[in-house]
Amino acid sequence: MQRPDVLVIGGGTAALCAAISARRTGAQVLLIEQAPSGLRGGNTRHSRNLRVMHEEPTAFSSDTYPEDDFWRDLWSATGGATDPGLARLLIRRSSDVTDWLADAGVHLQPTAGGVLPASRKTAFFLGGGKTMLNALYARAGRLGVAIRYGCAARELLLQNARVEQVKIQAEGGPQTLRPLTTVACCGGAQANRQWLRTQWGEAAEGFINRGTPFATGEVLASLLQQGAVAVGDPRGAYLVAVDARSPADDGGIVTRVRCMPAGIVVDVEGRRFHDEGVDTASTRYSAWGGLLADRPRQTGYLILDARGLRAAPPSLYPPLTARTLADLAAQLEMDPDRLQASVATYNAAVRPPAEGADPADWHTIGLHPPKSRHALTLIEPPFGAYPMRPGITFTYQGIGVDAQARVRIQAGGSAENLFAAGMIMAPNIIGRGYLSGLAITIGIVFGRIAGEEAARHALG
Amino acid sequence: MRSDEALTEARCALGICNACGYCNGFCDVFEAAKRRPVLTDTDLYQLANLCHHCRNCLYACQYAPPHPFAVNVPRALARARWRSYEAYAWPDSLALLFRRNVLAAPLVALAALVAVVGGLLIAVPVEQLFARYQGPGAFYRVVPLEIMILLGALPLGWSLIAMTIGLYRFWQATRPGSASLSVDALAAGLRDTLVLRNLHGGGPGCNDLDERFSHARRWLHHGLFYGFLLCLAATVAASLYHHLLGLEAPYPLLSPPVLLGTVGGLAMAVSTAGLAYVKWRADPEPTAAETLGADYGLLALLFLVAVTGLVLLGWRASAAMGLLLAVHLGSVLGLFLLLPYSKLVHAVYRFAALLGDALDRHREPRSISADQAERERT
Ligand SMILES: Cc1cc2nc3c(=O)[nH]c(=O)nc-3n(C[C@H](O)[C@H](O)[C@H](O)COP(=O)(O)OP(=O)(O)OC[C@H]3O[C@@H](n4cnc5c(N)ncnc54)[C@H](O)[C@@H]3O)c2cc1C
Repeated sequence: MQRPDVLVIGGGTAALCAAISARRTGAQVLLIEQAPSGLRGGNTRHSRNLRVMHEEPTAFSSDTYPEDDFWRDLWSATGGATDPGLARLLIRRSSDVTDWLADAGVHLQPTAGGVLPASRKTAFFLGGGKTMLNALYARAGRLGVAIRYGCAARELLLQNARVEQVKIQAEGGPQTLRPLTTVACCGGAQANRQWLRTQWGEAAEGFINRGTPFATGEVLASLLQQGAVAVGDPRGAYLVAVDARSPADDGGIVTRVRCMPAGIVVDVEGRRFHDEGVDTASTRYSAWGGLLADRPRQTGYLILDARGLRAAPPSLYPPLTARTLADLAAQLEMDPDRLQASVATYNAAVRPPAEGADPADWHTIGLHPPKSRHALTLIEPPFGAYPMRPGITFTYQGIGVDAQARVRIQAGGSAENLFAAGMIMAPNIIGRGYLSGLAITIGIVFGRIAGEEAARHALG
Repeated sequence: MRSDEALTEARCALGICNACGYCNGFCDVFEAAKRRPVLTDTDLYQLANLCHHCRNCLYACQYAPPHPFAVNVPRALARARWRSYEAYAWPDSLALLFRRNVLAAPLVALAALVAVVGGLLIAVPVEQLFARYQGPGAFYRVVPLEIMILLGALPLGWSLIAMTIGLYRFWQATRPGSASLSVDALAAGLRDTLVLRNLHGGGPGCNDLDERFSHARRWLHHGLFYGFLLCLAATVAASLYHHLLGLEAPYPLLSPPVLLGTVGGLAMAVSTAGLAYVKWRADPEPTAAETLGADYGLLALLFLVAVTGLVLLGWRASAAMGLLLAVHLGSVLGLFLLLPYSKLVHAVYRFAALLGDALDRHREPRSISADQAERERT
């Protein structure tokens, strides 16, 4: 297919939803996925839930989540860095997403099973994102979408706000396609070290990419270069604390380190640098990711005693442990005196909660930075440490789109035959911050819009 | 593969699962693994027998090959399961049969067959063996009833004892000092065994052949299991006829023993053929290749038992009856002997694992706040 009606670039949620919608609207569709089939699906492979508005309890989400609640959550999570028009569109169109998915053969996990935490705001994929992708790929294939793996878009050539050519790299070498319309669904640039270095400098060396190594950002770069409107923050990145021993890419969900309140966090010099007890709800991990990025060697250690080790959730790698803090420091190649001093100072500052207060309200007095809650002394051997680094989930720079998911052009207006969906345009809605399940919902909602509009445009 | 390697593989895989948990809607294994974070050998035996090998978690896994973590839970648990049969087999010396099952099981079956057919050829004069018999007692003119009962009861008795001891050992190991059985848990464990809830994949079914969902394997298993039960019922009905009503086999086509046996035999024959077909067409990735031979062998034996029973029914009035009867009895003997020393033993451990898990679930109701839920994922 040299000249498909609709070319979909990417292979995650947004791409599949776009391809299926375009095909159902009647267009001939070619989907190109940079990854080989065994690793298809981008960061969607690693996802689990999606955020949906619903006026009534459903089999998949408890209670109700009305439009205005969703909007308020989004507003406060992004600190207002959201396009209200697109955000409202997203929220309203999220209401029939679960039906659409079911119709496409995707199974969500009913809450009745009893093993899911009751969630009012999100629904969970049965088996996670990869099972969803399997269903969507199967459906797309059955509908007649042509799918090419190991096939990457390198460059889009825009002339007068029209995509004239798409340069691709396939198994057989470089090729040029001339699609009638193109939908860019190829995610962010978080796997591109060069890109990260230009934004973060040396610190980027310490980052671990939690997701797909195929989010390389060429298409994003190519479009920004040719005058697509840039949205979001080029230096922004959604960083969470992950185990420093994780692979450089694709470690996914299991690499998170989550139990900071159970201990203290020190940097490579053995110094504390942030309140471990403060509970910032859903942004808790991202808070630690960002903090680690600013520390020397982008590394920190969560230090626990036996109590904390017992309370820690199962982890990918076992914690490093030792009978004494000095031995632990030796394992961490850290000055033992410094670590011991940090722990001793901390222990000395710990105070019990006020009479009748929440038992979690153990806190420190006169310590900088303080530990405001969950401050239990670290005294019971063995001691343990989780080495941590910032894990990048996505970047906050994207391309601007309008309500039809058409790519906006700096010169004014929108590109005639170029659409975008998913993470590549998510910064229109999340300029910063994050809400659990939002990324997938953006992919589905805008994937569907982009696919339909692209097909309609191609078919005239 | 060495046994400890099998357990190490399962331990690594489930360790990652415990940090992930995305598959907990498919079956009971993942929540059960969370309750056993240490994953001792016995934990793994319990989890491996809880696993019904639906394979969904391989196709769902973000860490499955070609990902470098190469997590393959169904394969790892298939190996651990096989290892558990060896670990709890009684007597200990016969555990060896599991290590060489591809060879041992067919040999046992063949030996049983040869012994019965050969014994008959030697003991019964040819004219008598190939004569046509009709009317009550026809079978016993070839093989006396006492011999038939001995051929069935002795091996079956032995096997039942061996399986009971295996079950006891398994239960003791996996339930150290556990609370006593509750009626609720017993009902839940029984229900899960009879309906194969864990083969529903949380609704859509299982990845029988590949990443597509299907209910075929579950239905085929039902066909085999309930077909087998019908055949047992036929035997019981026949002995009631014999001892209570004083009526001697063969029984009329429309009598309960024959009807039950026919329906059961047909169900078994169709189901074993279907299961073998599914096995043959299935993606080999989630299975333990080294156990496939034994699986096929066992399906073949069950098929043989069912088909020889049906053929015997069809040709019981012919001169071939004697020989057909011998072949049928021989295959049944092989099956009875192999009950505790082949994959068939999974029935008892599976039931014990389901029962144990039901106990655990009833004991620890889980509750997680909605707030925590929202925070957990990204
Ligand atoms: C560990 C982890 C867990 C997550 N959990 C959740 C969650 O539970 N809920 C949620 O909402 N979000 C979650 N996210 C975020 C979410 O997964 C992503 O933001 C979302 O998948 C983005 O969808 P997408 O289709 O835009 O991009 P992706 O799913 O990343 O897909 C991008 C696709 O484009 C392909 N591609 C890239 N460049 C090219 C090119 N040049 N040519 C051709 N193809 C190309 C890639 O190979 C890939 O297939 C999680 C992320 C991670 C890392």
